[in-house]
Formats: sequence, structure tokens, C-alpha cells
Amino acid sequence: MTAYNTIAFDPSRCELCNDCDACITACAQVKSGTDNPLHSRIKIVAGFNGNDPELALCRQCGDPECVKSCPSTALTKNPETGMIDWEKSLCVDCLLCTVGCTYGGITYNATLKHVAKCDLCDGDPACVKACPSGALTYVTSASIFNEQHEREDLFVPGLSACQGCNSEMIMRHSLRKVGPDTVLATPPGCIPGMGSVGFNGTTGTKVPVFHPLLTNTASMLAGLKKQYNRMGRNVTAMALAGDGGAGDVGFQSLSGAAERNDQVLFICVDNEGYMNTGMQASGSTSYGSWTTTTPVGSQMKGKRTGQKNLAMIMMNHNCEYVATASTAFVEDYYEKLDKALEASERGFAYLHIYSPCPTGWRFPSSQTIEVCRKGVETNFAPLWEYERGGELRFTHSIDNPLPVEAYLNLSGKYRHVSEEQLAHIQEQVNERVKTLKRFAGMN
Amino acid sequence: MNTTHYLIAGASHAGLEAAHRIRLVDETSPITMVTRDAHPPYSPTILPYVVSGQSEPGRVVLRKPDWFEQHNINLVSDDELVAIDEAQRQVTLKSGQQWQYEKLLLATGADPIIPPIPGLEKTPFHVLRTMQHAVALRDHAGKAKRAVVLGAGLIGMHGAENLRHAGLEVTIVEMCDQVLPGYFDSRAASVIEEAFNDNGIRMLMGSRVVEVEPEGEGCRIQLENGDSLETELLLVATGVRPQLDFLAGTSVANDQGILVDDRMRTSADNIWAAGDVTQATDFYGDKPVMMGILPDAVTQGAVAAMDMSEDHALKPYAGGVPINTYTFFGQQAISVGQSMAEDGIEELTRLDDDNRGYLKILLRDNQLHGISSINQEMDAGIMWQLILRRVDLTPVRDAFIERPLETGRALMSSTWR
Repeated sequence: MTAYNTIAFDPSRCELCNDCDACITACAQVKSGTDNPLHSRIKIVAGFNGNDPELALCRQCGDPECVKSCPSTALTKNPETGMIDWEKSLCVDCLLCTVGCTYGGITYNATLKHVAKCDLCDGDPACVKACPSGALTYVTSASIFNEQHEREDLFVPGLSACQGCNSEMIMRHSLRKVGPDTVLATPPGCIPGMGSVGFNGTTGTKVPVFHPLLTNTASMLAGLKKQYNRMGRNVTAMALAGDGGAGDVGFQSLSGAAERNDQVLFICVDNEGYMNTGMQASGSTSYGSWTTTTPVGSQMKGKRTGQKNLAMIMMNHNCEYVATASTAFVEDYYEKLDKALEASERGFAYLHIYSPCPTGWRFPSSQTIEVCRKGVETNFAPLWEYERGGELRFTHSIDNPLPVEAYLNLSGKYRHVSEEQLAHIQEQVNERVKTLKRFAGMN
Repeated sequence: MNTTHYLIAGASHAGLEAAHRIRLVDETSPITMVTRDAHPPYSPTILPYVVSGQSEPGRVVLRKPDWFEQHNINLVSDDELVAIDEAQRQVTLKSGQQWQYEKLLLATGADPIIPPIPGLEKTPFHVLRTMQHAVALRDHAGKAKRAVVLGAGLIGMHGAENLRHAGLEVTIVEMCDQVLPGYFDSRAASVIEEAFNDNGIRMLMGSRVVEVEPEGEGCRIQLENGDSLETELLLVATGVRPQLDFLAGTSVANDQGILVDDRMRTSADNIWAAGDVTQATDFYGDKPVMMGILPDAVTQGAVAAMDMSEDHALKPYAGGVPINTYTFFGQQAISVGQSMAEDGIEELTRLDDDNRGYLKILLRDNQLHGISSINQEMDAGIMWQLILRRVDLTPVRDAFIERPLETGRALMSSTWR
């Protein structure tokens, strides 16, 4: 199996309504040397009734119907690049490929007198480069699959996570990458709840795993690591903790280990509350959020206080490495995991992963990654990293963010939010970015 | 006795798609494919282009030998199914080989119909269904000056155009009074006929051949109206029909083709059928129909294979929809779905001033019933899906009628996400 790079389209960012057409013109120029939109292999069409625009473009399908409908073998799926290649000298212009395609991805060009389709510009698509709004992106995260899929998944296949759980993905990705020479601590929370510490006397992982108290995760790992060091074994001491186990009741041991710069890789999976025990609020729960302890009624309208910014607090411990991450930007996460793993050889490394929860936040299980993405794109959950002694560095642009509603509207926990609350949240987001920029030396 | 788990008779689009689909979910069970061709697998659709010389037989191979090796598929070439013993789950091939199967797929395609014209049996003529036919026709065309094509269906029209490209004087004789009946209405057909006339092909529509007799290097063709034609080369293209002799003694129900349900199961246990050999559900009516188009063969092959391999993703066959993307002398005629209005159908047509562009939309209760066009940009696949999914066009009706291309694209793109 090989995964491939692809062009992604985010209609909410597309500026067709402003008659942008930049991608169409760029494609026409590259393919024909003219601005004539008829030569463009990417077409943006208006959505209905004011909806976002839609895309007609070759999807470079995995099991392509156009290839199956081609009688001349002019169309083939390239196993190296994943592209559907078209060979002019074989094509008989029968147009049967256009019957196979349901996306308008291969169409007849009356000027050229044959079909034309996207060839990804040999891996450097002109349309993506021309797109002014970031609606088109060239997604290269396939390389992660190609590099990682041979490695063993160190969690058992069956876990009792909720459908669409972001934490399960974080666990599987992280442990696969960190590897088998690991001792894992999973304090009370969703992660042991879904089975990391196992059922009926067996563990849920293929590495040693234990279940510390909420209060002592970092200190237990620090001790274990020291003992392994004495034995002369190089073992990664890793925690997968929730925001409660990291930032609320678990905070004193976390802070202590960071202050001592103990050799620990501490990953905080932040779903903004105690989702495992019935969706109670935590210090990480954001302002305005509905939880079972911050209900919505005639007086109270969700949480009245803001969330503490645990990642920034950890940065101020001046430990080896601190970063925020999101599963919608998995290449970014893998890079940070590499750096954190390396930093944990020297001292304390802390990764803070924004982890929207379909069950507790009230959004459909299919939308987890979309909520993650919008969190980043609205600057609600900015992506950055910090290395000891250096400056904070943004790893995803904080310029031109989407309005915060684009994120809030996706989750039921913000459904009741009033105009005033919305303005307050937007203000908080702006303030937080401003603070981060100061640490990044960007003022 | 040879044994195999899956036995696939036929190695064109339906059979190849079936083998591919089975291997997606079943990597190990033995698959054996039997094809009557000695030539590696090819598409019957490519044959007219082999005749004109545009396509080389060696360059249109749908699957190379290493594909069969990689997927652990045993290909038996130059042999064909002659008998089935369904009780014992055994087949006999022409060579005498016998195979024991667990599951059998019949994807043997169709053969040319030879019309009962007096004198034809003693007259040399061509048909066009196999690579051998195509090569013979190409070689003969290289030496002949004149050609007569009987039949203005797809094979006849493609054959005639390609013989014209090869430099021959070509005449088409067709019993109906229009070309490509069933796919296009008379107005669209007249645009196509005009292009053929303009390119020097003589079109004798509504003409019936009453007798054929050999004459010199070729033959003389006597028409009902008293005229006669002389030609060196005669191509008979009056349709195709499956050859079903191998069903003798089985309980496999058949009419014009093998009758199948919406999972491509025949009436016999452990036997499926797909492609041109079948007479499957009609999308538009209750009576099963012969479809005989390439994308439909692919779909049927996929459905059959998914049922055979117990693939849970199987979606039953939605029924045959006529589809034709017909290119002729640099022009394009596309037709998806029904082409003729009947009761309860709303018909909207547009004709360009120069008579070269044509668009016809048929709606039933604001669902797309059929669309046909000439020289208009058209996403046939999108239109096909709009019909199959019975997409309600009510909210976008005006936009669809005004701009079917863009509206169809937006509709499909929105369902994709």
C-alpha cells in the first residue's frame, strides 16, 4: 500500500464569490499559455442558495472508474505517484472516461480536441500556489503513512473509545512513532477508560503500561526513568494524560518534574474537561462552554471563567521542549513528536494536543478532524513550539484567521452562546494570540 | 480435474473488474479466468480503431501478463466454456479441460447477429467483435476501394467512419430511418447523418437488403427499392446477441441474455453473470433489458464479484441506463438515459443556430430522466449519477436547465463531501 499527495479544497475559504478565479487562470496559463478558463483542469462552480462554492477536479481516485471505462489503456493509475496518467498517443477520444467520472475531473476540451485532466503539475500544483485564501492546499501527509505504516501499532485493535474519538488516534499515532522501548503512564481519564490499562488482567498496550493516580503521573515517570538510567537501559518515559490529570489535580507533580527538567515525554490530550466521568468542567474548559457542571439555564450560560493556557504555563517552566499540536495537522504533529522525543533524552518535553471530543462537545463523530482544523484556523488553538532558551515559534500561520464562529458553530457545547459571549470569546482569542506573539518576539 | 474457487468465463471489462474486486477482499482463494481469445485481454470498443490503424493491437492490452501473476490469477486463453454441470459444479471447456468451481461468473459477452439475408451464407463478409475480426478487416480494407456497412448502430457507425479514415468509399445501409436508434432522437441523429454525408459517406436510411451474392473480389447487394450496390468489402453490423449454447441442460434462466437479479445472480445456485451476456434490471421499467455498454459491464462485474466474495460494501445493481458517448468526425454526441419523451416527461430542447450544437433535457417529476447533447461540454458520469440517485432537482431546477454542466458539478461535489 502506498498513500499519495493530493489537492485539498476548503470551500469556506474559497473566494469565488469575489470572482477570484486565481486557480483557474493559473491552471490555464500553465497548461495552455493563455488565460482562457476553458483550458483549466480545475473548475470552481458556484454553490446553491448562497452556499460555499464547489469543486470539479480529478480526485486521482484510488480505484478509478475512468480507467476501468477506458478501452484503449490511455488512462492508467500510476502506482508511484498515485496519479491517473493520460497517454495521448493511445487515446481514441471515445469519451467513455467521462462516463466513469462523477466529479467532472476529466472533460473534453473542444479546442485541443481531446480530454484533459489534472496532472498535479508533477507535484507542484500551480492552482495551489495561486490560491490567495488558502482554500486550496497540497496535502503531503501521505508520506507519514508511507513511512509509518510498516511500524507496529502498539495498542490493541479493540478499544472501547467513543466513535470518532480523537484520543484514540493520538494514542495510536504517538505510540507507534515513539516505539516499543517505552514505559507508558495513563492516569485516570478517557485513555485508561477506553482500555489502555486493559481488561481482565491483560493490558491494552504492547508496552508496559501503568495507571498512576491523577496526582502523581509525572513524579512516578521521573522515578521510573531514573531507575532505568541506573540499570543502563534507554527507555522513553511517556505519559498520555488528560487535561485534568495534567493541569488540574495532576499539576503539582507535572510542574515539579518540568522544573527539575526530568527526562519525561509528557503528552497532554486536552479535551477541555472530565469527559470520561460525565463531562464535568476542568480548568481547561473554555469560556461559555456547556458542561454538566457549567450548565445553561436562565442564569448561567455555560462556563463563566476562561480556560487556563497550560501550554504557556509549561513554556514558562523553561523545560527542554514545549509545543501545541492538532490531529488536523498531522505532519506538524509528527515533526513535534520527533523533537519532543529527542528533547526527552535531555530533559522534560511537553506536548499539548487540542483534542475535541464528539461525545462531550456534542458534534457528529465524523466531524472530529474538521473541528480540530477549525480550532487552528480560527486561532482558537494556535500551533506553536518552544525550545529551551529560544523563542516561541508559530508552526501554522496566525495571519488571516477565520472568525471564531467558524469553530464554535461546529460544537453543541457553544450552541447557546450569545452575541456578547461570542464577542468576549473572540476578544480572548485575539488577546491570547497577542500574548503568544510577544513570546515569539513579533511585536 | 482442475479445481478453482472462482471461475470467471470471459476476460473483458466485466470479467476483469470482477477479478479485481474479488482480490480486494479475498487475496488467497484461487481465481481462474477463461477467455476464447488467444490475444491478451482487450476491449471490443477499441476494435474500430484497430481497423483504421489508429490503435495497434499490441498497445491496447487491458491487463498485461504480470497483472495476472501479481494477483495470483490463472488465465486460460484460447479456450472457451462449452458445458456446465451445475449439480457437480463443473464446467467443460472446448479443449476438453474440466474445471471444478465453487463460484462461477459468466461474462462471455456477445457475438454478432448474422441477419437472414438470402445469399449471405455463400458471400464473404466481415463482422467486428474480436481482435481477429479487426485485424482481418484492417488488412482487407488496405486492399479494397469500396465498403458497404450493414447497420447504423454503434459498431456500424464506428466501423464506417474508420473505414472512411482508411480511405475507402463507404456506404451505410440501415433499415431504420435514422442512425443510432434508441440512443438519440431523430433531430440529433440528423446532425450525425449530416456529418457522415459531409465526409463522403453515403447514407441509405430506411433501406432493406433483399439479397446478397458474391461477385468478383467482393459482392453485389440487392436493395428492396430495386437499387443494387457493388463492393469489395462487406461489414455486417446488425447488432449483437450472446451465445448461450453452454447453458444447455442447466437451470440458468435466459431470454435474449442470461437473466440476473440485482446482485447479478442467475437462477442457478453458485452461478452469476455480468456484462453483455446478461439481461438485467432496467432502471426505467419492469422488463429486463440487454444493455451492452462498457461502463455498465464494469458495474455489473463489480456487483457480481462483491456478491461472490461476500463483500459487505455491496450495493445492489440500480438498473441499466442507456449511455452513449459517441464521437464522429471530431464532433461529440452524448446521451445519458432516455432520449425520447413519453407521457409525464417534460422535454426541454435547445438548438444552436448553426445546427451543430444541440441539448435536450428530459425531466420526470423534477428528476433527471435523460439528457442528450451534441457538441456541448457534458459530464456524462455526473448525469448518470443524477439519474441513478434520482436526485431531486426542484431546488435548482432553473439553474439546471440553464447550466446543466455547472449545476451538475456543484450537485455532485456537494454530495461528495
